[in-house]
Amino acid sequence: MRQRLAGHSVPFLPPGMVSGFEFQEKHMFGDRQFAEGRMFAFPSHYLKGDGFMDAEITLRVDGEEHRLTVDTRTTILDALRESIGNTSPKKGCDHGQCGACTVLLDGRRVNSCLTLAVAHDGAEVTTSEGLAENGELHPMHRSFIEHDAFQCGYCTPGQIVSAVGMLDEVEAGWTSHATEDGENVSLSDEEIRERMSGNLCRCAAYANMLPAIKEVSDR
Amino acid sequence: MKPYRYERAEDISGAISALADEPEGAFLGGGTNIVDLMKLGVSTPDVLVDVRRLMSDDIEETEDGGVRIGAAVPNSDLAADPTIRTRYPALSEALLSGASGQLRNMATTGGNFLQRTRCVYFQDTTTPCNKREPGSGCSALDGYNKNHAILGSSEHCVATHPSDMAVAMAALDAFVVTHGPNGERRIPIEELHRLPGDEPERDTILEHGELITAVELPPMGFSSNSKYRKVRERASYAFALVSVAAAMDVEDGVVRDVRVALGGVAHKPWRATKVEEALRGEPVSEENFRAAAEIELSEAEPLSENSYKVPLARNVMVRTLSDLSGEGR
Repeated sequence: MRQRLAGHSVPFLPPGMVSGFEFQEKHMFGDRQFAEGRMFAFPSHYLKGDGFMDAEITLRVDGEEHRLTVDTRTTILDALRESIGNTSPKKGCDHGQCGACTVLLDGRRVNSCLTLAVAHDGAEVTTSEGLAENGELHPMHRSFIEHDAFQCGYCTPGQIVSAVGMLDEVEAGWTSHATEDGENVSLSDEEIRERMSGNLCRCAAYANMLPAIKEVSDR
Repeated sequence: MKPYRYERAEDISGAISALADEPEGAFLGGGTNIVDLMKLGVSTPDVLVDVRRLMSDDIEETEDGGVRIGAAVPNSDLAADPTIRTRYPALSEALLSGASGQLRNMATTGGNFLQRTRCVYFQDTTTPCNKREPGSGCSALDGYNKNHAILGSSEHCVATHPSDMAVAMAALDAFVVTHGPNGERRIPIEELHRLPGDEPERDTILEHGELITAVELPPMGFSSNSKYRKVRERASYAFALVSVAAAMDVEDGVVRDVRVALGGVAHKPWRATKVEEALRGEPVSEENFRAAAEIELSEAEPLSENSYKVPLARNVMVRTLSDLSGEGR
């Protein structure tokens, strides 16, 4: 996705600095994508290959250990998709606003697009793909299928992981903004809407997601 | 994103010295805001010093009956903590009304205070913004400013502070404990954040390399009678247009003591001291609450698109105070 061409010569750079040009794919919802380029300057020692920008990390993804060398800027989302080849979590907004990239990080749901891989060396990551064990769909997968809880499917892996993480939070007794008496949590429709508000669906399949999640929670 | 070096220090003093010679360096906590700003080109640190694993993630009761919260405690754990929920409900409610479940799991207590404004111009590097680029001008003054400040702003900046948590902390008289190049200090939340003045690039009084390591909530008998009420453009996962955190001590229909702070109206969590002064010793009544709120808001200077915030802030204060006094039930 990302190309970096370093070492261009640009006038007026202070000594010890070199310039680079970075193309970054700018993702939009829908079928339009734009490439965006930006010039920047950075210290020349970054080019010496002395490991300033690269880090060796280990991630345990869906039960399998991966040893990776990542640029310090790499998010867990990009490490999963680009380095490991696990395209289950999706890149929607890439700014923590849509939830399509949701994974469980050491058991908790997070936005993998805002999570730097280098800061989570040794972490356990579970994607929607990893929720399926021994080829068996997770009950949440099955419920989404049974309730027709998606249309285009792009946000679905994030919705499913988020719902699974959310039910663990309810199990732990965490209240939410929608919890009526502030004490006892019963998973009403309003509770599900509130707790799942970090996952957007442009197809607006919410109406079917609600019963899909509720059915799993009732079991 | 600009290239940067990632460092993890051995301990807090190591983290502080790691930034001492790096004027463009920054600490990394949960990363939910700074990583976003780095992607946008708004934050361009040379070095990130990861402090998340260095700091305490414990919530402990202190000897004086207060609570000490480690700076690395995730927002979700702080909101769910039984002591916080029963003794400082406004804080739990504020946390739960902010962000999403995913973000609350990542965001830290210390980092929440240091979020940058969500002013659209601050986040857009193609437009002038004095906070991002001092001296370039304020695009919001005559631009899109319906979410901006009505109190304490300056001709250089009309941005608001985005945190819900910090508003509750202000009403609960919390302190942050910091460690920095000049040692340790304990700062009241009211003094942590600044008004923009002619230095809008500085959100807080923290020095470069000064790290929030803990937050202390003092014992406050009536903090169990506290509340956070937030008004936003959608039911969930949106920043406050206006919010109110309040705590009230009522006896025999008289306000013995009260704390009020406003969010979404200023460059910092706005402690409504005029409301507090006007209400101490006064009988509980909606008229008194309204009159007190109006004193506070008499200094409001709304912009072209946000005069709605003045009656909104008044009404949200009246409603919240009424609820706490038992009048609203």
